[in-house]
Parts: sequence; structure tokens; C-alpha cells
Amino acid sequence: MPDRVAARRIASRGLVLIAVGLVALAGIYLLALRFTPVERFQGLPQKIFYVHVPAAWSALLAFSLVGIASGLYLWLRDPRLDRFAESTASVGLMFSIIMLTTGPLWGKPVWGTWWEWDARLTFTLILFFLFLGYRALRGALADPEERARFSAVVGILGLVLVPFVHLTVYLFRTVHPQPIVLKPSEPSLPWEMLRTLLASLAAFTVLLVGFIMTRYGLGDGENLGNGEDRGKGEAYGR
Amino acid sequence: MGEFLGVALAVAAKDLRVERRSKTALVSALAFAVLTLVIFNFARDAASLSRTAMAPSVLWITFAFSGVIALNRSFTLERENAALDGLLMAPVSRGALFVGKYLANLAFVFAVETVALPLFVVFFGVDLRGAAGGVILVAVLATAGFVAVGTVFAAMTVRTRFAELMLPLLLLPFMLPPVTWAVQATARLLSGRPASEIAGWIRLLGLYDLVFITACLLVFPSLMDE
Repeated sequence: MPDRVAARRIASRGLVLIAVGLVALAGIYLLALRFTPVERFQGLPQKIFYVHVPAAWSALLAFSLVGIASGLYLWLRDPRLDRFAESTASVGLMFSIIMLTTGPLWGKPVWGTWWEWDARLTFTLILFFLFLGYRALRGALADPEERARFSAVVGILGLVLVPFVHLTVYLFRTVHPQPIVLKPSEPSLPWEMLRTLLASLAAFTVLLVGFIMTRYGLGDGENLGNGEDRGKGEAYGR
Repeated sequence: MGEFLGVALAVAAKDLRVERRSKTALVSALAFAVLTLVIFNFARDAASLSRTAMAPSVLWITFAFSGVIALNRSFTLERENAALDGLLMAPVSRGALFVGKYLANLAFVFAVETVALPLFVVFFGVDLRGAAGGVILVAVLATAGFVAVGTVFAAMTVRTRFAELMLPLLLLPFMLPPVTWAVQATARLLSGRPASEIAGWIRLLGLYDLVFITACLLVFPSLMDE
């Protein structure tokens, strides 16, 4: 089947990207720890910023992609879009877990507390639960076509929800650091730090794309649940 | 337009008729709401937390959880004897089906809230005088929003294994904004703050309703094609 050959090619290209991303990530660790100045007030814990921010960026990017792919799926009904949405959601879930674990690791030494019911923390937690719900629903549906339609609806409504959650959490006070790079005025980050952050953002984006491509290529188009259908014969019995 | 509404009302009337004749779901949902209120009263450390301080949160958690319980019922009804297939064979628009199910769910959740609210006043010693109109308005607006999303999700989760578990997992993140706003508005209403402090929350609730009712109306048909 030409489809399967194409899928395999995408997966192997994804693997190459993952390898490139991982090498770049090792370089970023070196860059961040060795060649970037230590922040004066936060000290060494600030280094986690170079992992935390890019992970959050990747999770948000993945979430938007799931929403867009879901919308396109309901319009065009192309199973590849569903497959892409599923891969992206799985990878996004992973990045949101990185974001949610690196955050408290930084918060404990700097804020003195692991978790704070702060605006941005709550927002990202909800994002995580949306990914989780999306995946859980997929796992609980056996029919591929139905699963594609239903999860697309969750993907779209999730994207509609995001601004509302954003609005809700910003109406409450925040202790999270304010944006320092993407803001109307000049970035207030010293060049050495900005350089490391930008490099890390690039590496994480490469990793995101690599993971999505690999997962997309490895899924065989009919087994897009979370593997819960395994053993039921319909997915693997061909 | 007239036909659309007619179909919607017929579907809603059918659901409510079934409910009126069996009453099982309504009575269970009511009992659940009352039990939640009772549990909250005992889960509170009376020495450190006054009843009134906790009241708005208790009211909204009760409403939210009984709402989920009530929504679970919505499509289980249709699954039995493949009633939904019959409904889908009728030459009517899927949008009208959604509105019908939505109206029935809304009536159901409102019924539960109507009983829970006076009990809440009694159990938590809340003084509703002067705030009753505002609280009802907030309740109507917040409920209208999350029941719309809940109707869509209930239509999906009924097709899954563990439907009762799947619906809250999907729906609770969507309940977060309206319930948070409703708690804020209710707290201000109960402590007699001026209307200007509440107007912002009311407007947000209205916006949520507008956006999500429209979105649900648009996506619901794609859940129903076979």
C-alpha cells in the first residue's frame, strides 16, 4: 500500500528530527549551564526557564494544532487529519507534563511553594486536562470513524474554551513572572539569556515536529485509540 | 424556523414526558443535590470557617455536580432500544434535535436547582432578601452555558464504555469559567455589594452562553450522522 510506505517515510523523517532535536537539547543544556550568566536574584533555579518556557510553548502550539486539525477534519473528513490531531494531542500531553513538572521545580526554591493557584498555573493545568480528556475519549471509542468525529468536536470546543480560561485566570491576581520576551516593548532579557531561550525554543519545536511525525507514521490509521482496542481483533487482526 | 422550533419542542416534550412518568432520574438527582449540601456542612470546620463564607462555593459545586449527574441521563434514555436511531430516521434537522435535547436538559437541571436553592438557604443560613433576583439570573446564565456543552458531550460519552466517568472528565474543564464567575457574582450578591460590581461577571456569563450555544449548535450535527 502506497499509504503505508508514505507513513513509514514520515516516521523515519520524524526520527531524524528527534535525533537532531535531542542533540540540540544537549547543546542547550551546555549553553544554559556553562555559557549563560546566572540570574542575580533567582540563582541557579532560573536555568529551568530554558526548558519550562519552550515546553509550555510546544504544548500550546500542539493544542492549537489539534483544534485546527479537528476543525478541518469535520469539514474535509480526511482520516489523515484525524491521525494528525491524535498524534499532536499525544505529543502535546507529554509537553504539558514537562511544563507542569518543571514549573513546581522552579517554584519551590523561588516562590517557596510547589504550587500556587495562580492564573497561569491554573490555565496550563486545564490545558493538561483537556488533552487528557481528549485522549481518554479516544481510548473509549472503538469505531474509527466515530472516534474521529467525536474527538474532533472535543478538539474544536477545547480551542473555543481556551480564551475563556485565559480570561478567567487573568481576572485573578498572578504571581507568575510577566512576559519578558513577547510583549509590546523591547525584550527585557539580556542577550545571552535571550539567545539561549531562542535556541531552546527552536530545539523544542524541532522535537515537537519530530515526535508528531513519528507518531503519525507509526500509527496505522485504523488504530488511533490509545491501544485499548488491542486484543479486540479489529485493530490488529488484519 | 417555525418547523425547527416545533421539532425542538417536540423532542424536549418527549424527554420531559418520559421523565414525568418515571421520575427516577429527577428524584435521584435531587437526592444527590441535597446530599451534597449535607456533606458540605459536615466537611466544614465550624470553628474556623463560617457558613456564609463558604456558601457561594457550596452552592455552585452542588449545582455543577448535580448538573453533571443530570446530563448523564440525557442520552442514556436514547440508547435503550436504539431510540436514537429512530429519532435520526425522522426527516428533521439535527440542529433542532440539539435544541430539543438542550431544552429538556435545561428544564431538568433547573428543576434540580429550584429545589436545591431553598434548601441551601435553610442549611447555610443565607439571607437571600434583595439578592434572590440576582442569584437566579446568575444561575440561569451559568447553567445555560454548561448545559449546552454538556448536551454535546453527553451525546458522545453515551457511546463509550464508562460514560458516567467520561462525561465529568470532559465537561468539568468547560465548567470552570462559568462556575468561577458564578461564585464570584454570588459572593458579591450575598454580601450586598453594588450592582456595578456584578455587571462584569454577568456580561462574561452572557458571552460564554452566546459563544458556546452557537458552537454546540454548529458541531452537534456532525455527532449525529451515521
